[in-house]
Amino acid sequence: MSDLSDTAQEVHDDLSEHVDATVDDVEARLEKLVTEYKVPVDEARRSVENHYLDEAGLDRDDLAGGGGNDTVEVEDVDEAEQWVDITAKVVELWEPRSDSVGQVGLLGDPTGTIKFTKWAKSDLANLEEGKTYRLGNVVTDEYEGRYSVKLNKTTTIEEVDEEFEVGDNEDEVEGALVDVQSGSGLIKRCPEEDCTRVLQNGRCNEHGEVEGEFDLRIKGVLDDGTDVHEVIFDEEATEDLTDIGLEEAKQMAKDALDTTVVADEMRAKILGKYYRVTGPTFGRYVLANETTLLDDQPDPESVLIRARSM
Amino acid sequence: MSGAPTREVARRVFAAEFNDATFTFKESDDERAPLYALLPTGERSNRVFVAGTLTETEDIGEDSEYWRGRVVDPTGTFFVYAGQYQPEAASTLRDAETPTYVAVVGKPRTFETDDGSVNVSLRPESITMVDEAVRDRWVVEAAERTLDRVEAFDEEGNEYAERARAEYGEDLSAYRQAVLDALEDFDTEADVPADA
Ligand SMILES: [Zn+2]
Repeated sequence: MSDLSDTAQEVHDDLSEHVDATVDDVEARLEKLVTEYKVPVDEARRSVENHYLDEAGLDRDDLAGGGGNDTVEVEDVDEAEQWVDITAKVVELWEPRSDSVGQVGLLGDPTGTIKFTKWAKSDLANLEEGKTYRLGNVVTDEYEGRYSVKLNKTTTIEEVDEEFEVGDNEDEVEGALVDVQSGSGLIKRCPEEDCTRVLQNGRCNEHGEVEGEFDLRIKGVLDDGTDVHEVIFDEEATEDLTDIGLEEAKQMAKDALDTTVVADEMRAKILGKYYRVTGPTFGRYVLANETTLLDDQPDPESVLIRARSM
Repeated sequence: MSGAPTREVARRVFAAEFNDATFTFKESDDERAPLYALLPTGERSNRVFVAGTLTETEDIGEDSEYWRGRVVDPTGTFFVYAGQYQPEAASTLRDAETPTYVAVVGKPRTFETDDGSVNVSLRPESITMVDEAVRDRWVVEAAERTLDRVEAFDEEGNEYAERARAEYGEDLSAYRQAVLDALEDFDTEADVPADA
């Protein structure tokens, strides 16, 4: 039964910080379940762990921080729902939009920046802007192709003394906005948890007919005459770009009894103008973080010199 | 033919060159294959982006509305045609108060006139009102892209330059001159000495 004693050793190691039990103790419990009650080893392990956790008044979540996470850099975050450790500097703190959020902002390491959210109910210490922390056991998340990390009540926060230049994982594209694609303007998203798919005629591909939630989005094309770049503007970026916010857009649609008036109005405002957009690239899209209208006077002189020298 | 088709770049080309691009072709026999105009400076163009002054609009349709707009750049005039299949562009032309600056995204199209010559026109995907800053930026950009093509014209392996040479000949001086005209015409405080 060396299998069982190995398992017992592992369980003991995982729990040792929290639980006062010997390896023999653990093995005896496992053995009883496996040999007497014919419980599969995995299930027996679960059961024994739960027993000790109950005894110590802990949740399984409290264990997750006990090591075993990958330590990642910002640029490595490319999958949602991964438990990871990360060392990063607090680049910016933002105003939380919801009471459930304790802190929200931007973390950065030498490879780039990533949004973080700390839940209010996590009861963690506040992070300070400009300080660097080692964050143990944060969970990755993704929304519209943009990754973030979430600090939860199992997260460990340790201030560290590391100096580095925060990296830039953003791309910069510019050109004339030559197209506003379908699916832009005032859209409705599926309200199901973690779905957020854009509805087509009131239907979600996954959840069928649902009562959608309004959102603003623009899928645009920037073209500099050599390359094309598809850009997604989220609600905030769309309002920046068009000066039309969600409430105004809803009112426009209500007055016209038609949501497409919003995209039409936006097209009239932005098509044919030149913009510079910075943001991370996700698949074929650049996600607009910052958008600048390029309306300064161009300088023809260098081009003129070039033309004359040919 | 697999995978999503990549979007065609909108070329920057002055009217002087655009209106000379009378040769059109497809890259495959597929009926839905994109149509390209061959630019004399040696590039294929399925789409262009133009900013200029809309000087006149006219409904030249007989049974249904068919709008023609004249969009002027420093080197010549783009003829933009929009009918029932371009309803948004047609209504923009209908409502426009000329003169006004516009930006046009569109496809080059050719048609034969009664006397047998070929005219090049622009079928708009969109027409929007813009300000002078857009127009100015476009002029400088179109100049740069034109010079890029002129420079690449003699490069080995430049397939479209070879075809342009065969279709139109190899004298590009008119297009280099168009660039000079467009830029010298430029109304800036930083006046460039006329040393050329
Ligand atoms: Zn859904």
